[in-house]
Amino acid sequence: MNAFLNWIEERIPMMRVANMHAIQYPAAKNMNFWYVFGFLATIVLVNQIITGIWLTMNFEPSAERAFASVEYIMREVDYGWLIRYMHSTGASAFFVVVYLHMFRGMMYGSYQKPRELLWVFGMLIYLALMAEAFMGYVLPWGQMSYWGAQVIVSLFSAIPVIGPDLVEWIQGDYVISGATLNRFFALHVIALPLVIVILVFLHIIALHEVGSNNPDGVNIKHKKGSLAEEDKTVYKIHEYFTDKYDIVDDVVPFFPHIVLKDLVAFSVFLFVFCYIMFFMPEMGGYFLEHPNFEVANPYKTPEHIFPVWYFTPYYAILKAVPDKLMGVLTMFGAIAVLFALPWVDRGKVRSWRYRCGLHKVNLLVFAAVFVFLGYLGGTPQEDWKIDASRVATIMYFGFFVLLWIYSGKEKTKPVPERIVL
Amino acid sequence: MKKWLAILLLVPSFAFAAGSNYPNDHADIDLNDQESLQRGAQTFMNYCLGCHQMQYQRYQRTFQDIGVSDELGDKYLRFTGEKVSDYITSTMPAEASATWFGAPPPDLTLVARVRGADWIYTYMRTFYVDESKPFGVNNLTFPDVGMPHVLEGLQGTPRLTYETRMVDGEMTERYVGLRNDGNGKLTTDEYDQTILDLVNFLEYSGEPSRLQSEKIGKGVLIFICIFFVFAYLLKKDYWKDVKK
Amino acid sequence: MSDVSVDTNESATNSEQPQSSGRRKFLTVGTCVVGAVGAAGAAVPFVASWLPSAKAKAAGADVEVDISSIQPGQMIGVKWRGKPVWIVRRTPELLKSLSAHEEQLSDPNSEVAQQPEFAQNQYRSLKEEYLVLVGICTHLGCSPKHLAKGAFEEYAEGIAEGFFCPCHGSKFDMAGRVFSGVPAPSNLVVPLYQYVGDDTIIIGSEAEAS
Repeated sequence: MNAFLNWIEERIPMMRVANMHAIQYPAAKNMNFWYVFGFLATIVLVNQIITGIWLTMNFEPSAERAFASVEYIMREVDYGWLIRYMHSTGASAFFVVVYLHMFRGMMYGSYQKPRELLWVFGMLIYLALMAEAFMGYVLPWGQMSYWGAQVIVSLFSAIPVIGPDLVEWIQGDYVISGATLNRFFALHVIALPLVIVILVFLHIIALHEVGSNNPDGVNIKHKKGSLAEEDKTVYKIHEYFTDKYDIVDDVVPFFPHIVLKDLVAFSVFLFVFCYIMFFMPEMGGYFLEHPNFEVANPYKTPEHIFPVWYFTPYYAILKAVPDKLMGVLTMFGAIAVLFALPWVDRGKVRSWRYRCGLHKVNLLVFAAVFVFLGYLGGTPQEDWKIDASRVATIMYFGFFVLLWIYSGKEKTKPVPERIVL
Repeated sequence: MKKWLAILLLVPSFAFAAGSNYPNDHADIDLNDQESLQRGAQTFMNYCLGCHQMQYQRYQRTFQDIGVSDELGDKYLRFTGEKVSDYITSTMPAEASATWFGAPPPDLTLVARVRGADWIYTYMRTFYVDESKPFGVNNLTFPDVGMPHVLEGLQGTPRLTYETRMVDGEMTERYVGLRNDGNGKLTTDEYDQTILDLVNFLEYSGEPSRLQSEKIGKGVLIFICIFFVFAYLLKKDYWKDVKK
Repeated sequence: MSDVSVDTNESATNSEQPQSSGRRKFLTVGTCVVGAVGAAGAAVPFVASWLPSAKAKAAGADVEVDISSIQPGQMIGVKWRGKPVWIVRRTPELLKSLSAHEEQLSDPNSEVAQQPEFAQNQYRSLKEEYLVLVGICTHLGCSPKHLAKGAFEEYAEGIAEGFFCPCHGSKFDMAGRVFSGVPAPSNLVVPLYQYVGDDTIIIGSEAEAS
């Protein structure tokens, strides 16, 4: 048996990869529950791909049949309803874990040197995910699918000169039509998933090159020869790492220690996920909006149009600006500025545990503003909300401005040398 | 009587507002109550299917789910001449109905998921006489609805009723709710029950997998708890060796 | 390259205390078993969703056929579960001729279970006169052609009528019995059917034993 495994190993380095990236991969021992969301996002991605493949087996991407074929899946296919709800609940779950994952990165400074590219790859995944989710929401061809697509695609008409022609080009028709549905289907089931999978791969490669951060923002890899023998870890670490660094005695191997931690978190996540999926798949109209159970009608706009909850913060920013082009630019700017975070933050200390009080307040306010914007964008328009969304939009961008200002000369607490649990 | 109280409070506003603010009564439905579903199906097939379709749902599946044999279903629930394996479609041609009603009557398969059970329950009980409308009726829940009061024969004819009363020495007219002339075949309670059954059936048709989903869901959640215990204990066992 | 080794007893276990190993082993096995059961359970809906849908099953229900208008010697085709089903009204001469060529057949007595019990006879039918067959070749699923009025003689000398499969040349007689020396391994399939009165056949179910 061993001879056979060695025969394989000499031809394709499977054990080497398993050792290097899991069994002998060093991870800080103080990674808390905030560190499970990357793992959970991967799980949800797998769920989306598998259930998505199964849904395409019965879905018919045409304006005439799309809605009916979804109901066919819900009623006629054995367990079709379950597979569909796994996919629709998974879409929202994806954004839940991704938002928490991003917030973790912001709390502990996981975007700072040397993890800038890691952050950028993550942001690219987020961007691709938004496109993927938007196009996926069009496919059931309900009222929200149709009018949501109408609104989002119309954003491009704000572009000077080429806008109107661009919109027609995207739609493949003078309005959102079967042609639009069909191309969105192609992008949703193959093009964007492929992009996302590749980006996730790059994200993980980049992560394993620089190593995970931890809640203290403490380095676990030290310069070769700088550590005394008793300060080095007792665990066997792959020579890929030990050749270059001394690994401090604050690590555990990724497998089994971190994997087991992830597994516990996974079962908690799965419990919540399944509870929603089996007992309240519409999630009160947030995961599956009520008007979307009505087939698309190009002549009748629903009374209120909201994007699904994970887009509503940006939708609120869009609505806050009274000028069409400026609104679109501001909205995309709100996403773009996140890309720049590693360079906006000039701080040298990663974790907010050891940064100035203002930083903690700033970050918490930013999170609250983001949630508040989500509320504003996801509820019917009222007068007070216009002003509120303007203030919130300014505060959203204000986070970055403030961060840039105070991080230049920040008064920080001393970061510990070693991790203490 | 709570609902009348609610109407009383809201009367001034419904006259001006777009009506969709009309407060919904709670429809206390039970998908496990197969007799209720059967009665609801019968009401649907007799009164609704003339104009509205249930085009995503098949007869046979429906019969199975609400506990009716194909034979009984043929006798009491299937009138349009389609096969038992066919979808529940209406015989009314779409173009003709669009001319008669201004728009084709919507498909009702998923109406409970679009509007909610409470809304339908309230809607079907808030028609009232309004001679200015093409069908001679209007609706408190859905103002200017282009639909006749199909169940008038059962409910009787409801009217907006006002009461003249002496308040502080002045005669004032006060809206006291919908009053029925009592010419319907059913009493108010019986009519409410009929609508409740119908709503129950529509709730079922909106999501036929609901009961199966909850049954499987319970098992899955229990299973996840067992897995959690194992995973948690194993994790603790490995981590107890990690130095603090 | 020689330092490449497959050593699964890797070092993470270095610092273990031996007394915990029994408990750890139990928990590891437990977690794996419960996890595997869960994974298998999660696979169920995906496997089950490939079964014919409720609608396909409903469309594959029993088919009622009125046979009163079939003339002697005539064949009609009906669809059952999307498959062609043939109903032939055989003439007395044809029935008589069936025993003449039995030495050329590979399973003249229908010993292979290709028919319901009631059709395990020379005529492979419930009533001699009417032959009911699933019109799909037992070789690779093509639909054979019915060759009558001597057209079959081109393929089987002295036999006027039979079924010939154009795909790979398999031959069957007018009881659906396969000739020897052709690719098809067994007789054509007889579906379950029953008579309701004299003029109606229901394909798909057997009369309940009374």
